[in-house]
Amino acid sequence: MTETQPAEGLVSIPALLARNARERMDRPAYREKEFGIWQCWTWQQAHQEVRALAMGLLALGLNRGDFVAIVGRNRPSMYWSMVAAQMCGAVPVPLYQDAVAEEMAYVLDHCGARFVICGDQEQVDKVIEVQDRIHHIEQVVYVDKRGMRKYDHSRMNALADVLAEGRAAHFRFESELDARIAELTYDSTCVMLYTSGTTGKPKGVVLSNRNIIETAKASVAFDHLGQDEEVLAYLPMAWVGDFIFSIGQAMVAGFCVNCPESPATMLTDLREIGPTYLFAPPRIFESMLTSVMIRMEDAGDLKHALFKHFMEFAKGTGETYGMPRYRKQQSKPTLRRRLRWAYRFAMGIGFAVETILENAVRGFFVRLRHPIEARKYFKARGPLLNLYPQPWRDYFSYRTGEVLVYGPLKNTLGLSRIRVAYTAGEAIGPEIFEFYRSIGINLKQLYGQTEASVFITQQPDGQVRSDTVGVPSPGVEVKIADNGEVFYRSPGTFVEYYKNADSTASTKDSEGWVATGDAGFFEPGTGHLRIIDRAKDVGKMADGALFAPKYVENKLKFFPDILEAVVFGAGRDRCCAFINIDLNAVGNWAERNAIAYSSYQELAGHPKVYAMIRAHVEEVNRSLAADPILSSCQVHRFLILHKELDADDGELTRTRKVRRNIIAEKYADLVAALYGGAKTIATETEVTYEDGRKGHIRATLTLADAEVVPVAERRAAA
Amino acid sequence: MNAETPVEAIPTADDRKIGPVLMEMKHITLRFGGVKAITDISFDIREGEIRSIIGPNGAGKSSMLNVISGFYVPQEGEVWFRGARRPQMKPYQVARQGIARTFQNIALFDGMSVLDNIMTGRLTLMKTGLAAQSLWWGKAQREETEHREKVEKIIDFLEIQAIRKTPVGRLPYGLKKRVELARALAAEPMLLLLDEPMAGMNVEEKEDMCRFILDVNDEFGTTICLIEHDMGVVMDLSDRVVVMDYGKKIGDGTPDEVRGNQAVIDAYLGVAHD
Ligand SMILES: Nc1ncnc2c1ncn2[C@@H]1O[C@H](COP(=O)(O)OP(=O)(O)O)[C@@H](O)[C@H]1O
Ligand SMILES: [Mg+2]
Repeated sequence: MTETQPAEGLVSIPALLARNARERMDRPAYREKEFGIWQCWTWQQAHQEVRALAMGLLALGLNRGDFVAIVGRNRPSMYWSMVAAQMCGAVPVPLYQDAVAEEMAYVLDHCGARFVICGDQEQVDKVIEVQDRIHHIEQVVYVDKRGMRKYDHSRMNALADVLAEGRAAHFRFESELDARIAELTYDSTCVMLYTSGTTGKPKGVVLSNRNIIETAKASVAFDHLGQDEEVLAYLPMAWVGDFIFSIGQAMVAGFCVNCPESPATMLTDLREIGPTYLFAPPRIFESMLTSVMIRMEDAGDLKHALFKHFMEFAKGTGETYGMPRYRKQQSKPTLRRRLRWAYRFAMGIGFAVETILENAVRGFFVRLRHPIEARKYFKARGPLLNLYPQPWRDYFSYRTGEVLVYGPLKNTLGLSRIRVAYTAGEAIGPEIFEFYRSIGINLKQLYGQTEASVFITQQPDGQVRSDTVGVPSPGVEVKIADNGEVFYRSPGTFVEYYKNADSTASTKDSEGWVATGDAGFFEPGTGHLRIIDRAKDVGKMADGALFAPKYVENKLKFFPDILEAVVFGAGRDRCCAFINIDLNAVGNWAERNAIAYSSYQELAGHPKVYAMIRAHVEEVNRSLAADPILSSCQVHRFLILHKELDADDGELTRTRKVRRNIIAEKYADLVAALYGGAKTIATETEVTYEDGRKGHIRATLTLADAEVVPVAERRAAA
Repeated sequence: MNAETPVEAIPTADDRKIGPVLMEMKHITLRFGGVKAITDISFDIREGEIRSIIGPNGAGKSSMLNVISGFYVPQEGEVWFRGARRPQMKPYQVARQGIARTFQNIALFDGMSVLDNIMTGRLTLMKTGLAAQSLWWGKAQREETEHREKVEKIIDFLEIQAIRKTPVGRLPYGLKKRVELARALAAEPMLLLLDEPMAGMNVEEKEDMCRFILDVNDEFGTTICLIEHDMGVVMDLSDRVVVMDYGKKIGDGTPDEVRGNQAVIDAYLGVAHD
């Protein structure tokens, strides 16, 4: 590892903020939509706000080394709180805002936070609820004043008041604050993030300024990010991705962070902002795609046919004709770029007009002759004249598609200005991935974790595939252990787990190599990393064959109808699975097929739904059978669960990863039934409602068999 | 506290300020032909309180609300508002005095967006008339901006930002009710009349609505007069409750008093719970 210091003394986030305030004074730094209007703060204003807030916190008695818990939705003031805490020499600890009081209590207790900064009354209530057990919380600061008037304010303040106090008292605290900022070093703690972890209690990952700033610099250079980038900050602030993205990279590159009006308006805000750089877990891309598909199913014949045709067409050609030019430098649009764009657009319009005219005429005659079969006809044959030779024809077709389909589609999704988009956190379905790439969105994959300050591997422009996670990020070394586990070492490697030396030692060795806990291998030839599964989850079946549940679950989840899947089979002779249907997709399918249902449970148990899911399972089985290593992971029997797996019930982590062991324990009766011979089973399950109350639901579930492809040859060989 | 209008202590759940009498109904009797919908009812509403009217179907609750809002004119009795007897008034005149209401059956413009629907709530406050709006463009526009700002605050308050531009016709029932509340709030009323705001809602929607009603009362200091069926909700929300049966008042007081009142137990609650 290189122990370098950055030249300009930019060793902390506050220092970077001060630099941006100097060099980018009037450029936008933060925007937030409030009361229907985008409010904007320049770098200079943001710097002043943060300083005032920091002085206000000093006035409240914030000490060096204190932990400041921060919990709320993404808002500029929440980000400022983090930087203000850093200015005071304290450590910000962002928490998941949808955590229930119980989970919050653990983290607050573990880090010993003296200050908690809350977004609104809901969060304050949770803090008050745990305060009778946790006595070290001294000050609660809240942003949204709504509903807060009745509360006891002896140890509670509105953020606006803290800011005002900071401004008023700036003569008293100015020098103290500057002294504290000057004390920050490259190796002092920048932030502490709790990882949800698939097992055990969350662990506090301590990240230093070096970790965050080095990683941000490397990744900003990797994708040529500059101050013109627009991003939407909507991911949980407690997630390392959001910290790197909305604080690390934003401060290093100096781009503007936009905060949505409310979680429910995220998609509208996305459209209004038109981000150029996007970071999202697969489920966001998934739900966007699902909403498009649902809308297209209801569209008129011509629109539907055009959409089908051009999406089919884009699959092969999008990589070639659709991608934005990979830019090495940031620049204002030059005349040449504008001309090129105008030319492309005019070309597209010309062909679009031709296509529509031709189709209108043809459609008219087709409808005259076979009024009922019109849709079938359009499905069967492409709507374009084939006047031009290849590859011209493809180029023109793609331009036409751009005007008619891809452009409007990207526009409704709010993705028309995207230069770089990353999906991370989990594997993404190849169809989904391909869909976005084919319409010209530079969606790439990234493999990382909190302990690495996100980046371990990522895909360079032009080397993007759905089944790999790319090459090691700049500055990161990666090696594969004998058992297949992936190890890495980088400037972003975390300092330690807070108050947990044992875990630190078992995760990071003396040379700085960190175990990811994932099993994978480098693809020969390309040097790209492929991840199979969690290393400890890659188990053995009774006959010694490899058991990789996550791999199978992902294959299942790639079907839009399947929301979650849990596969069992470790130490057994065959695999079985729990399935969660996607209410959105299946509900729509049911509506279109006139299947009546009154509840989730009824829909999940419907024989036709079972038939559909069985078809999906059997398709997965066929593709598994093709891979000799994984062929014994085929699913023999499955059931569709009567309730959605839920983080509130402890079945998923907050980032929606399944907790297989907990599920196996909780639904032991169902697992046993899958391996028994019964056709149905009655069961009762405890559920937790949003407000924390508990209840029970009862159901009788069907157990279904799925056809498997025989793998006799391999068995015989083994 | 105000010395001229001494306020005897009214026990409330918290230390919210309850002011002097805002509106007083004196011996109201309302007849429809031969049917007596309301018989000689008197009660008062104090500033800043949440006052509920409960009673079985057909007891005359909605009629009472209509008397307050000026839709019906009682044959007998007087309505006193802010210390003076209110002369017979048209509903829009009543609205100008700062009384807004929602209806038992949703009355919104289905084709219009949520935002435009809420804007209609501000009509009573608009100063420039149509003619002036076309002549004094600049002034009218300034006023429009002002109104829009107020409406946006309410949208934010009721957490309906995501449906701002959606036509009301496409919204589910629970949200429509919330939009109706927003429209009533847009008039910046001092007295808000809610006719069964939670009827037909599921538990979660009811909880949301309760929270909004409490917040409105707390944040804007709006006095609220509420008709509701759900006893749990009424007892939790209200400062004082009027109980009606067959057009007559059979009980009046804090939720605890009403719960203990034998006449009320017999006539309405049937069996005393708890
Ligand atoms: N416009 C009207 N014309 C005739 N009778 C009416 C009218 N409005 C209400 N009533 C009668 O007055 C009585 C009280 O009705 P209402 O105030 O709607 O009761 P509640 O709201 O308590 O269910 C009922 O018997 C009803 O039939
Ligand atoms: Mg009624």
